[in-house]
Amino acid sequence: MVMSMRKMSVNQRGQIRQVTASGEMGRRIRDMGLVPGTDLMVVGRAPLQDPVALRMKGFTLSLRNSEADFITVEAK
Amino acid sequence: MSQAHIRAAMSGQPNCGKSTMFNAITGGSARVGNYPGITVDRLEGTYRKNGYDIKLVDLPGTYSLTSYSMEEVVARNVIVDEHPDVVINMVDATALERSLYLAVQFMEIGAPLVLGLNMMDEVKRSGVTIDIKRLSQLLNVPVVACTARLGQGREELMAEVVQLAKDTKGLWTPIRLSYGPDLDPILERMTKRIEEEQFMTGRHDPRWVAIKYLEGDELVIEAGRAAGPLSAELEAVCAEAEQTTRANSNTTPDAIIADWRYGFINGLLKQGVVTGGDELRRNISDNIDRVVTHKLLGPLIMAGVLWAMFYVTFTLGAYPQGWIEDGFTWLSGLGTAYIPEGYVQSLIVSGILGGVGAVIGFTPLILIMFAMLVFLEDLGYMARVAYMMDKVMRIFGLHGMSVMPLIMSGGIPGGCAVPGVMCARTLRSPRERLATILTAPFMVCGAKTTAYLMLVAAFFPASPTGAMFAVVIAAWVFVLLVSRLLRSTVVKGESTPFVMEIPPYRLPTLRGVAVHTLERVWQYVKKAGTVILAVSIVMWAVMTFPELPEDTVASFDARRFIAEEQVRTANPQATGEDLDTLVSEAQKPITDEQNEAALQYSVGGRVGSFLKPVTDLAGFPWQANIALIGAFAAKEVFVSTMATAYSMGEVDPEDATSLSDRLAADPAWSLPAILSVFVFMLLYTPCMVTVVAIAKESNWKWALFSVGGSMAFAFVMAVTVYHTTRLFV
Repeated sequence: MVMSMRKMSVNQRGQIRQVTASGEMGRRIRDMGLVPGTDLMVVGRAPLQDPVALRMKGFTLSLRNSEADFITVEAK
Repeated sequence: MSQAHIRAAMSGQPNCGKSTMFNAITGGSARVGNYPGITVDRLEGTYRKNGYDIKLVDLPGTYSLTSYSMEEVVARNVIVDEHPDVVINMVDATALERSLYLAVQFMEIGAPLVLGLNMMDEVKRSGVTIDIKRLSQLLNVPVVACTARLGQGREELMAEVVQLAKDTKGLWTPIRLSYGPDLDPILERMTKRIEEEQFMTGRHDPRWVAIKYLEGDELVIEAGRAAGPLSAELEAVCAEAEQTTRANSNTTPDAIIADWRYGFINGLLKQGVVTGGDELRRNISDNIDRVVTHKLLGPLIMAGVLWAMFYVTFTLGAYPQGWIEDGFTWLSGLGTAYIPEGYVQSLIVSGILGGVGAVIGFTPLILIMFAMLVFLEDLGYMARVAYMMDKVMRIFGLHGMSVMPLIMSGGIPGGCAVPGVMCARTLRSPRERLATILTAPFMVCGAKTTAYLMLVAAFFPASPTGAMFAVVIAAWVFVLLVSRLLRSTVVKGESTPFVMEIPPYRLPTLRGVAVHTLERVWQYVKKAGTVILAVSIVMWAVMTFPELPEDTVASFDARRFIAEEQVRTANPQATGEDLDTLVSEAQKPITDEQNEAALQYSVGGRVGSFLKPVTDLAGFPWQANIALIGAFAAKEVFVSTMATAYSMGEVDPEDATSLSDRLAADPAWSLPAILSVFVFMLLYTPCMVTVVAIAKESNWKWALFSVGGSMAFAFVMAVTVYHTTRLFV
């Protein structure tokens, strides 16, 4: 099912389809390895539901929901 | 014997163990410096072996080589401008794919690279095998397995550096990656034009310039515009390229470049370099975080950790701080005893020893605070704090990482803005960091606490706890609201993306913590020491000169003489020590009065009186004027200057009850005036040590902004409070 990364629940796995962010935010997102084809799993959310923590490429990454909005995933 | 010199640069992503390896290689030889104009530290060290003398410079940790942050620009400029013979790239082997993203960018510039695969012990434990030989072949780069924490791989790494320097002899060969059918032809065209025109080729590889233009790298394009008209042509090609990529795949060229770079790395690793393991499996740290960042337990644990840090810093630090203060008291005693009475004695004892002593007294606090901070940072806990607090701090234009500096500065009363401002360097987002640095001094630091305790005891004797609590809440409200204000005016701009690695928990090495801590402390002592010394002398002069006219002094002397005579006649049988005590008791009020008159007569006193028409708007009594001026040196001075102004002579700032009584009896302190001074005290210009720290962590422009801005803001707020409360009282 294709959805925005924001909508993923904890423990859900997925694969990135598209990253639509541009400029500095786009660059930082891509630099960390969030590029199409990357497998990931949501491992947690902060106490106030934002930011979100992801497991991918052998490390853990956190990003805000407002940044996750730019990432479309094929969730499993 | 002549030595062969090699210049090498140490690079790597944050949390890759680069500093640990740098320390292991250079031993104690590392020296901290600054890159001109910015606050990124420059660490240099040497390594000598077998006739080779290797100068090693430590680059700031960055994930990439764009021009979005100071650190990235510095790393890139050192490579391009200093042209090191070899670049060592430390790599977190547990996140190999992401780490190689940086390595590949160095290879595109052309720098001869040696890869140090760190954390190999963790890799083995997670059941992953990395074929180092194969990786080295595929990348055509020497690769060395390391465990920096244990110093493993150090010698092998340096041997490869020597070998590579011999082989390349300073010749750089940039690698050529393919960026796909859309961009490759365009890159080809751009590269050709750049070669034809010799456009910036003195500094850069032509193809690299073309890639940076396609990536929209602001610094390179800016330099290009200055370099010649070809820039306009290249920019036009880039615009055309963007149209093509948007039409074909609905993305921008810079996105395609990143995708293909990762694609190249991913393809390479799949050729049998990495086998086994599950990249998506939760590791131990992720499991620990189920508790440590848990919805309810997370904030509780965080509160506990912060409280403990605070408690340890200010409880444990109080002992050495006390010893240092005692030491300075002893020195002052020596000064008073051995230097003849006069200006020199007064300058050395009151001015220099008093001022510098106050600064050096903070050193133990800074040392303890930094040691714990470095420990928590290296452990990986600070990233979790940022993760948990980000949502709240973001509302006010700050960052999750702002919590720590704010609490350290006095978010819990008793902190100190100096370590607070200094620990804001853990923030990687420049705008949020600046807003944090500028507002942190509003917090109720230990020095302000002494002043508030004295004022609260005088004016709110019925509910001191409630009054103090209100002061602290007011501080937090002001910090958050002013941050919001700053972030929508002078430090305007989108919030920096949060995208942040949550590094696995790693037990820091004692050596690493010690090295980092001592480095910071030394810088503090050196920098603050010199400036403080100068300002102390100025403050001393301002409160000493001009002295009372001779006839005034003579009249005080005459009154003291009369007092002594009166005591002698009243107590004819008293002798020796008893008599001395009685005499000095009788003379004390006269001396106190003389001190008060002298203070009023001095430049400081005159400025205080001169400012009276202005400060009357906020309802300050004149004594508060002088005290607040003096408190710029250090906020503790507020209490001691108030004491002088109220003819109290020497008052211990820790125990100022009698001063409180005097204040309570003075009708000038109406409720509006009290509240007005309370607010002003909270918000006005940070003490000079903090100003120096702000300048050091940002620049002098912002430090002066802090001085002027806080002063204006505090005054406006004090006037508002004064007049608003007057309406109700």
